[in-house]
Amino acid sequence: MDISMIENILFAMVRTGTPLLLVALGAMMSERSGVLNLGQEGMILVGAACGFIAAYASGNLGLGVVAAVAAGAAVSLIFAFIALTLISNQVATGLALTIFGTGLSAFLGAGYVGQTVTGFNTVAIPYLSDIPLIGTALFAQDLLVYLSFILFAAVFVVMRYTRLGLIIRAVGENPEVAHALGYKVLLVRYCAVMFGGAMAGLAGAYLSLAYTPMWSEGIAAGRGWIALALVVFASWRTERILLGAWLFGFASILHLLLQGYGYEISPNLLAMLPYVVTIIVLVMMMYRQKNQGLFAPRSLGQPYHPLK
Amino acid sequence: MRIEKRLHDSQLMVYLSPLLALLLTLISGALLFALLGRPPLGSLYTFFIAPISDLYGLSELAVKVTPLLLCAIGLTLCFKAKIWNIGAEGQFVFGALIGGAVTLQLAESEGFWVLPAIIASGALAGMAWAGIAALLLTRFNANEILTTIMLNYIAVNLLLWAVHGPLKDPDGLNFPESALFASQTLLPVLFEDYRVSIAIFIALFMLVVIWVVLTRTLLGFQLRVMGENHNAARFAGFKGKTLIWLLLCFSGAMAGVAAISETNGPVGQLIPTLSLGYGYAAIIVVFMGRMHPLGILLASCLLGLTYLGGEMAQIDQGLPKSITGLFQGMLLFYLLACDLLISYRLVPKSRLAKAAVSAQ
Repeated sequence: MDISMIENILFAMVRTGTPLLLVALGAMMSERSGVLNLGQEGMILVGAACGFIAAYASGNLGLGVVAAVAAGAAVSLIFAFIALTLISNQVATGLALTIFGTGLSAFLGAGYVGQTVTGFNTVAIPYLSDIPLIGTALFAQDLLVYLSFILFAAVFVVMRYTRLGLIIRAVGENPEVAHALGYKVLLVRYCAVMFGGAMAGLAGAYLSLAYTPMWSEGIAAGRGWIALALVVFASWRTERILLGAWLFGFASILHLLLQGYGYEISPNLLAMLPYVVTIIVLVMMMYRQKNQGLFAPRSLGQPYHPLK
Repeated sequence: MRIEKRLHDSQLMVYLSPLLALLLTLISGALLFALLGRPPLGSLYTFFIAPISDLYGLSELAVKVTPLLLCAIGLTLCFKAKIWNIGAEGQFVFGALIGGAVTLQLAESEGFWVLPAIIASGALAGMAWAGIAALLLTRFNANEILTTIMLNYIAVNLLLWAVHGPLKDPDGLNFPESALFASQTLLPVLFEDYRVSIAIFIALFMLVVIWVVLTRTLLGFQLRVMGENHNAARFAGFKGKTLIWLLLCFSGAMAGVAAISETNGPVGQLIPTLSLGYGYAAIIVVFMGRMHPLGILLASCLLGLTYLGGEMAQIDQGLPKSITGLFQGMLLFYLLACDLLISYRLVPKSRLAKAAVSAQ
């Protein structure tokens, strides 16, 4: 294996890991505030469809991204209203969001199947992209990948060093105490869920405007669910999400490696790899920790109603 | 308006909530049609009434109800025990794959045992697929929501691989489809010229079975207790792990039979898009049906109707067929929203103020 092949693999790994990184960051934020949103897959799909349609109609990729983010946040607001204000079961409501999002995106995108847009091009950062081995992977990507780096850094700083991060964690660990301290539990949770929706929408835009610049039904291909597993894998820690996203990205492009070595395996069988890896990772995590409760936010998935 | 906890859950709202959700879905549907520039009431008629306005339509509804009901029967038991099996879709697809492979093997065989063998193979395959999730849950404590979802995607890719590879029809012009199933391997239809097969009776029979199990047996009691309180169940000495295995395997078997009802029924071969999301729609059936056998029968009719309505809207109005998924999602959203009224009630702010005054 020569250097350029490793560079190619790392490049593809970061690209493939980007949507997972975005979704997982948003899902983690929402879970840290105590809300389990299983609707990630639906939000990605709605984001991808709306982003593509907006970009196709306006010819402006930036507008597509804005539309995707807004659409993701908008559908997450439906979830937040039902799960938080109307105190429903979060698992069922998240599933509803995925079913609804899958249907809505297929409905909206039906007229756009097979259309293409000119997607985001890679923009090499001078000098940095010339670093051997990791230069192309980190500094010769498209703008959305760079944006994902910035968002990662922002989430990392907020969760680790700011008062806001502390408030979000307090709300997720013990909403009663946070409420008693005067924090608006539901407001924090609404914001966290909508941040998650916006991130999932952005991931959708990445899929339909950069990764494969086109719309096809079910374009998310389970990435929302993999991202949810990724949050468990990362024990709700920001830095591990980055690592995990790239690891999953690597698992998804293993077939490039195998083909590089001349193995002929059915693409359908190789497409199973990320899902198999997800299951293996879940098993390893649970086996190691025995008790995931040690890491999960304490009130995760528990409804909270201040007037109980 | 304020939300106030009821002293006791309202039994009335338990049954009213699905009807309210249906009403809200119809209103939203009418608005949606109006937005699309279609006559709202006429379009609702096309979607919900026209498909079942004749005998053939009703028989087609039964065709859709069969797999939905079978999947929902298994999921009902799982959800009652709070085992979140989201994997009916994958269990369906894997059941179809193995059942299809067996059917193709038996293409030349004759005899009374052929159909039972095919149904059993589908059931066993679905069971095996669910068994993986059961193993992962009981042995490794891996979250069953995520594992069953992953298994769904894996099963779909296995099916794709099979119809592109080993099970592809050698005389099929290179389409990713299996050969057409031999006529003696197809489930007998109830009436000539209609597609509804004897599988509907299997579904109805299993519905009665779980009704009896839920209301008349210790097992039904155990899984209700387990659903209500995991700790209480353990305290009472119920073997949680055995129950998890039992429920997931039963659920998988039902999804496998559902698959055979489609592959060896109206479809008649293996194709890449076998399941139209029956495994997911069945989740809505279970919630809409209040996890009650009679309820899920009614709810599977409603969800079955959304499939027929989607097809009708496509033919009649040129709308995308995926409008089905939109209606299904709305139904579940509205249902969950209306379920608030089971344990809470809405009190107008003015009455709250009055109560406060009179308390002073």
